[in-house]
Order: sequence, then C-alpha cells, then structure tokens
Amino acid sequence: MCGIVGLFIKDRKLEPDLGAMLVTMLEVMSDRGPDSAGFAVYGEGRPDRLKLSLRAPAGTDFDALAAALRAAVGNDIGHVVRDTHVIIDIPAGTEAAVRAALAAGHPGIAVVGAGTRMEIFKEVGLPGDVARRFALSTMTGSHGIGHTRMATESAVTTNGAHPFSTGPDQCLVHNGSLSNHNAVRRVLIREGLRFETQNDSEVAAGFLTHRLAKGEALGDALTSTLDTLDGFFTFVVGTESGFGVLRDPIACKPAVMAETESYVAFGSEYRALADLPGIANARVFEPEPATVYFWERAA
Amino acid sequence: MTLPLMEHTIDLGSASVRELNAALHKVGPDVNQRLWRVLNPGGRHSVAAGVDAALTIEIDGHVGYYCAGMNKLAKVIVNGNAGVGVAENMMSGIVHVKGDASQAAGATAQGGLLIVDGNASARCGISMKGVDIVVKGGIGHMSAFMAQSGSLTVLGDAGEALGDSIYEARLFVRGSVASLGADCIEKELRDEHKAMLFARLKAAGLNGAVDVSDFKRYGSARQLYHFHVDNAGAY
Amino acid sequence: MPAPTEVQRMITTPRKSATFDDYTLSEIRRAAATGIYDIRGGGAKRRVPHLDDLLFLGASISRYPLEGYREKCGTNVILGSRFAKKPIELKIPVTVAGMSFGSLSAQAKEALGRGASAMGTSTTTGDGGMTPEERGQSSILVYQYLPSRYGMNPDDLRKADAIEVVVGQGAKPGGGGMLLGQKISARVAQMRNLPEGIDQRSACRHPDWTGPDDLEIKIEELREITDWEKPIYVKVGSARPYYDTALAVKSGADVIVLDGMQGGTAATQEVFIEHVGIPLLGSIRPAVQALQDLGLHRKVQLIVSGGIRNGADVAKCLALGADAVSIGTAALVALGDNDPVHEAEYAALGTTAGSYDDWHEGRDPAGITTQDPLLAARLDPVKAGRRLANYLAVLTLEAQTIARACGKSHVHNLEPEDLVALTVEAAAMARVPLAGTDWIPGAGQY
Repeated sequence: MCGIVGLFIKDRKLEPDLGAMLVTMLEVMSDRGPDSAGFAVYGEGRPDRLKLSLRAPAGTDFDALAAALRAAVGNDIGHVVRDTHVIIDIPAGTEAAVRAALAAGHPGIAVVGAGTRMEIFKEVGLPGDVARRFALSTMTGSHGIGHTRMATESAVTTNGAHPFSTGPDQCLVHNGSLSNHNAVRRVLIREGLRFETQNDSEVAAGFLTHRLAKGEALGDALTSTLDTLDGFFTFVVGTESGFGVLRDPIACKPAVMAETESYVAFGSEYRALADLPGIANARVFEPEPATVYFWERAA
Repeated sequence: MTLPLMEHTIDLGSASVRELNAALHKVGPDVNQRLWRVLNPGGRHSVAAGVDAALTIEIDGHVGYYCAGMNKLAKVIVNGNAGVGVAENMMSGIVHVKGDASQAAGATAQGGLLIVDGNASARCGISMKGVDIVVKGGIGHMSAFMAQSGSLTVLGDAGEALGDSIYEARLFVRGSVASLGADCIEKELRDEHKAMLFARLKAAGLNGAVDVSDFKRYGSARQLYHFHVDNAGAY
Repeated sequence: MPAPTEVQRMITTPRKSATFDDYTLSEIRRAAATGIYDIRGGGAKRRVPHLDDLLFLGASISRYPLEGYREKCGTNVILGSRFAKKPIELKIPVTVAGMSFGSLSAQAKEALGRGASAMGTSTTTGDGGMTPEERGQSSILVYQYLPSRYGMNPDDLRKADAIEVVVGQGAKPGGGGMLLGQKISARVAQMRNLPEGIDQRSACRHPDWTGPDDLEIKIEELREITDWEKPIYVKVGSARPYYDTALAVKSGADVIVLDGMQGGTAATQEVFIEHVGIPLLGSIRPAVQALQDLGLHRKVQLIVSGGIRNGADVAKCLALGADAVSIGTAALVALGDNDPVHEAEYAALGTTAGSYDDWHEGRDPAGITTQDPLLAARLDPVKAGRRLANYLAVLTLEAQTIARACGKSHVHNLEPEDLVALTVEAAAMARVPLAGTDWIPGAGQY
C-alpha cells in the first residue's frame, strides 16, 4: 500500500544526478501509492547554517514571509521557493527564534523538517506530479529517500504524507502497517513527544526520535524498534551522513536493494531500480528480516 | 561449646533499614553475634521485621510501624515508643516496648510475648491468634477485636468495645472497661485463670508485684458462633 | 355491552409482575421463613454489560494478519518487574485466582495446582493459609495476605513466589464474609485458629493498616520480611478502579489485581454479590488510564478477573489494557463443578446443575467446594488437573487466534482500537466506538 525508494551515492561524480535518479524511482512506485508522495534530499550544507523545510497553504506570499522573518530575527536569512514549500536558510543558532516567529505570525505554515543538509518536500497527488511540482530532477546531493502513499487508516492529507522528520537531519519512510501504534503513541506522548497525525508511521518516526534523543546511535534505535513496534514494516531512514534500512521479522512487505561501486539503492520493487545506471552488474539482494542495514558516507 | 556473646551495632543514622534487616536475616545459628544494638531508629518503619533467629535486638529510640513484624525467636527491646502494628503477626520470641505502643499492637500475632511498659492504643491484640500480650498501662478502643486465641493482660484501663466479636482469646483487665463489644462478657476468674495470669505477669517481669485477684476476666459469650436471627443486631 | 354471564366466561392471562418476579417472590418468602439473608457462593448472576458486547476488528486490507500456527504470537507475561528482585514469568496470560483450602477440598486445590503448573501459570492461595499440598503442586504460587491473616506466617511468606495483599474482591468490595460452620472441619479450624464447626466471620479491613498511606508502609514491611524478592500484588474489588489502581501503584504495588463484580466468592451475602461493585467491562479502562497517567502501564502489571469464560474474553481484556486475566469460577467448572452428571444429587439439594451455588454448605456433589471426605474423594486431582490444563490451553489458543487475526505477534499488542462495541452502554464502559461508527459515548469522562 506504499512504495519506498532510497538512494545513497558512493561515487561523488553521481551526486549531481541524485534528483533525476530519484524521480524515475519514485514515479515507478505510483501504483503502490497514488495518494501522495514525498521525499527528502541531502544536499549541500554548512555547519553554521540550518535549513528549515516549510510547507505553506496555496497562495502564500513567500517573499513577504521571508521579509517578515528577517524583520523578526535578522537579515541573514535566505529562502528558496519550490511550489508549496520554501527552504529557509538561517544561522544555526536562530532556529528557536525563527520557529517562534513562524508560530506567532504564520500559524498556517508547517515546519516539515530541519537540518544542515536535509530538505523535505511532500504533497497530495500522483508521485510524478509531486516530483515535477518540486522539480526533484534538478536536485543534487549525496542521498535521498522517497515515498508514495496509499492511505489506509489515516486521512489523505499532506500531513499524512511521508517522509516524517524524526529530528535534525533525520527522516523516515515506512511501508506496512503497525498493529500497536496507538499504545506506543500514548507512551511517547507521555514522554513529551507531539504528534500531528493519527498515522502509524509518524509513531515509528517519533519512536526513533525519542531513542535518538536519548543518545542512542541510529543502528541501535532501529534495532530497538524490533522489540517495541508490532505489525509489518519496512523502514528506510535518512540521516545527515547516511541511510539505513530495517524490515520486521516476518518481512511480508517487499524490499529489494542494489549495490554497485557507485551507489546503494532501495526500492519496494525491483521496477524502481530497473533504470538505474549500471544496474545490470549490481549486486541485487533482499534485505534480511530483523536486520539493520546502514550505509554512511566518509566524512 | 558456648559461643561468646558478641555485640554488633548498626546506626540507622547512616545505615538503611534494608541493610539492617538484610543483616539480621543472614544471621545463622553458628554466628556468634547474638546481641545487636540499633541506634537512631528515628521512627523508621519495619525495624527488625522478619527476624528468624534467637538474637537479642535492642533498639535505642522510637520506632515507626511494624517493628519486629512477624518476629520469630528473637528478643526485640524498644527503648522508646513503637508505632502502629508492633510485633504484628509475631510467631514466637519476645517484643518488649519500654514506652508506649500505637494502634494494633500485636495484631494477628500467633505466639510469643509482647510487653508494653506504657500504654497501648486502639485495637491492641486485634485478631490475635495465640500471642500473650501484657500492657502495663491502659489500652484503647476496639482492643482484642475478633481475638481468636492467646491472652491480653492489662494493668490499666480498657477503652470502648473491648473484645468485640471475640473467639477464644482470654482477656484480663485490672482497671475499668469503658464498654464491652458484641459477644464479649465478664467471666469468673477461677484459680486456673489466676495461675495463668500469674505466669503471664511473671514472664513480663512482674513476679508477684501485682495481685492477680485485682483482675477481671473477659471472654466470648459464644452467641455469635452460629448465626441466629435474634442476634442480628450484633452483626 | 356484554351480559355479566359472558364476562365470567372470558379467559384472561394472569399477569406476572416484572418487579415482583418469581425469584423475587421466593426470596421474600425465604427471608420471612428463615430470618437470615441468603448466603451463597459464586459471582453476580444478573445480566450486566459484559465482554460479549465487544467485537474485534480483524485484519483485512488496511491491516495484515499473522498466519496461525506458523507465525509466532507470544503469550508470556512478566509480573513484578517494578521492584521485586525475583519477578515471575507466566507462559500464558491466564492465572488461577485465589481460592482457599477450606472453601475448596484439598483434592480440588491439588487439581488447580496440577492444571496451572502444566500450563506454566500460577495458582493463588485464599483465606486460610498455604497447604503443603498446594505448594507442592503449584510451580508458581501466589500467597494471599488477607484481613483475617488466617494461617499467616513468615515461613510460608518466604516460600511463596509472590504475595497478594487482598483489599477486596469483586463479589463484595468493602465486605468481609461469613463462612457458615458446616465447612469448618478440624483441619480447617486448626489452620485458622478457630473452634471447629463455628461460623467464620471475616473482617472487611486489615487489622493493622487502612488506606494508601498505611498500605505503602505495609508493603514495605512485607518486602523487608522477604528481602525484596517477591512481587507484591494488590487485589481490589472493582468499585473505583481509577483511584484504587492509582493508589495501589503509589503505595508501591508491583501488580494490580482488579476483580469485577462477576467475580466469585466462596460465601457471602447474595445482596452483596448482586448489588455492590461494578462489572469488569467498565473496570479495565479506568484502571489502565490510571497506569497510563502514572507512566506505568505495562510496567506495573494489571491482572483482571470476574466472569472470564473463553479466549475472546481473555483477548478483550488484554486489548483493553490488562496484562493477564485470572479465572476462578471457570476453573472450578473445568474441574467438574456443576456438571450435569450429578443432576440427581443437585435436584435432591433443591437446585439443578449449572445453578448450584450453596458452596458454603459443603455438600457439593462434585466434591470440589466441600470438606466432606467422602464427597471430596470423588474428585480425582490428576484427571481434574488435566481438564483444567486443557481448558487453559484452549483459552490461550483462542486468544492467540484473535491476536494473530489482528496482526499481533504478542497478545499484549492488542489495543482498544482493535475493538468496537455492540451496545451504547458497552461502548461507553469500554470506551470503544459503537460498531460501524466513530462514536464513543461520553469519551474522556469516567
């Protein structure tokens, strides 16, 4: 009921092609998820800067929004508009002030992600259309993950679209259906987390956020989902430096991976990988159940 | 071979009750530390609870709830007042409170001897099941409620509803009784009871100091042993 | 207008009163004849909103089921992980509730121990102390700490695997009890320090503590006596489950046992059984809410009881948030209680198989709720134990079947959101939506 894709570039010469490669992967997954689509791309970043991915209602005047933020927080704020989203580029220390200004003056605007390198875009609609609206094919970077959604028990809204951001430079896409997400959500709410949706995947993302915030490494946090989350899942997660994959122990939901000297790619189906360069000679394999896979790029 | 009596001191100003009790529970028959002194109890609860060894434990100060709870074999001396439920469910041994005891002293205790030099509060000997209790002062209301067996000896006065719903326990009171509870009546103090009373007083250190003839005996009228509608007012 | 003769010839149907129905009339006559309230065993017999009024939403397209038999669905339960040095682990989420030697024959207690041990779960002592037989036959034995303290002693306390401080039971929250003299045999009397053959009047409160502030100190004493090894349960009859659960937790309990009004008793007043306490259905959510509010759901375990009959009941209780259930009446039926094979003898006692509840009289034809040696000898503890084990196995298999159908790899992952209600009152009491709607009557209030 959903399609997942992920791409991690090993050979930096391929980085300019990241967006274009993701578009083909994502569009092929339209059958699995025609309701909405979304993706996260890890592009250029500077340690002293932070990118906020904002989603705004149609008709929002982004230039006025940026001007208002500059007036409230300071002039050192850049912005790049992509359809309904705008990436706000701010000094690293001003996140709280910017968020406060947004909350106070622009209640209709949602912060969908934050990080030095991560940008998140998601919208309701066919995946190919969504990708075109955001011009995914022009994006560059080291890795990215994407998702096409067929809504099951929560509403077809942009809020319910993946990826779910789990923390700074962290995001998650999910294929499957968790069977104990209500109980886990109640526990996490008690621990202080806030949830925007009734979506089971947001609970998985929140769970990871919670474990990472406790200081766990991503691999350990993923492993701990095996003890806590019940049901069926395949997770693909992105971090500032890499991406990871985990399937539940029963592993009903499909997953296939391809690895070459140039990249590692994940797809819900092989179709998503079929057009990647050099795929004929790639090592193609299915990730094992209950096994954490993680690729990280050299610093 | 007689082991030398060695004293061991635990200061609850620094050690915890848990450490004290754990140490007391570890004492085996071949350990020669038979005299334990507990300092600074500070009203703590469960001091010397669950001891199952022939030790002498002397506690210098006031204790909280359930001191010497479920005691077996040990002699526990409280140089102070005891809180609620001192010697509750005691099986054997002696618990001696030099000051006053709060409510439910000796509750459900099945054996041994509980001595209170001062007064005991309400529900002294409630549901007692074989213990002998000697209170040198008075006792509060509802004492010996549902008392099943054993004896309660009181040199002072008893409060309201003494021995309510009593079974086969024996009550001896030298002073006044504010009122008797349901199914509790005064009974004749015969020679065998005087002998028994004398023995209890002697065990409590009052060898001949008190005239047993000054006491009255109370016990069960046994009217509630089998339900009858005409006794329904007592239920 | 008909003539008077015609009126006399008309046939009319006698009208029975709904208020003064046959049972009510017989009770008035019985009270007038005997002058004593009716005392009986068992739990509430009136119809109350029950787990039958809930249904599971199985998996279909939006959720995926697990394959029966092949894909694992765990049923184990760890109890006492909060404070006890030695928590206990049950293989199944069904325990055997407290029933005393005295109310039951030694053979019946042995059979309960055999059946429960075969399935890796616990049995519980009752009012009257621990017998060597039941300690010997029960691999996991919970020792009840009751107001009466009959037979209470530190040696048995240390022999127990867990301690259950009994504040009340579902049949009679707030009540003591009265076991009439017929069952106080020599052995029972000796264990309870009572004269043989007299009525046993049980206290309704503990003799040396009242309320949560004292309970905290009492629990600490029990832990001190047993060197903090044993899980400490607190059992309450369901009346104010939110507050009672919260207070038991604050008092330091490792496990809460919540007994709904359908829960049985060996003997108490019928008026108590039928008119005090609330049904299990309305008890679980408030208790779970209390645990959630304290951040201790699944950390302090909740065992619920009172009318559990089948694996669906088990699964529903777990979905509403319980960690395990406890059975009493159903366990006795599994042993052979109220079996129609004894119908002639039930008829001779003025009752019928399925309705016999004069457990306190000690004349049980099935030889279970009796101290009569000849009647007790009728129950073969080995065969009866096997029947109980079979029954426990079926309860577990049924609960697993439902859990798998809901896509759960452990029965504890069932949730309230897996349930809907058939009636408005069940929806309100269980706080799940009426089937086919998203309406939870009175949501957020209790």
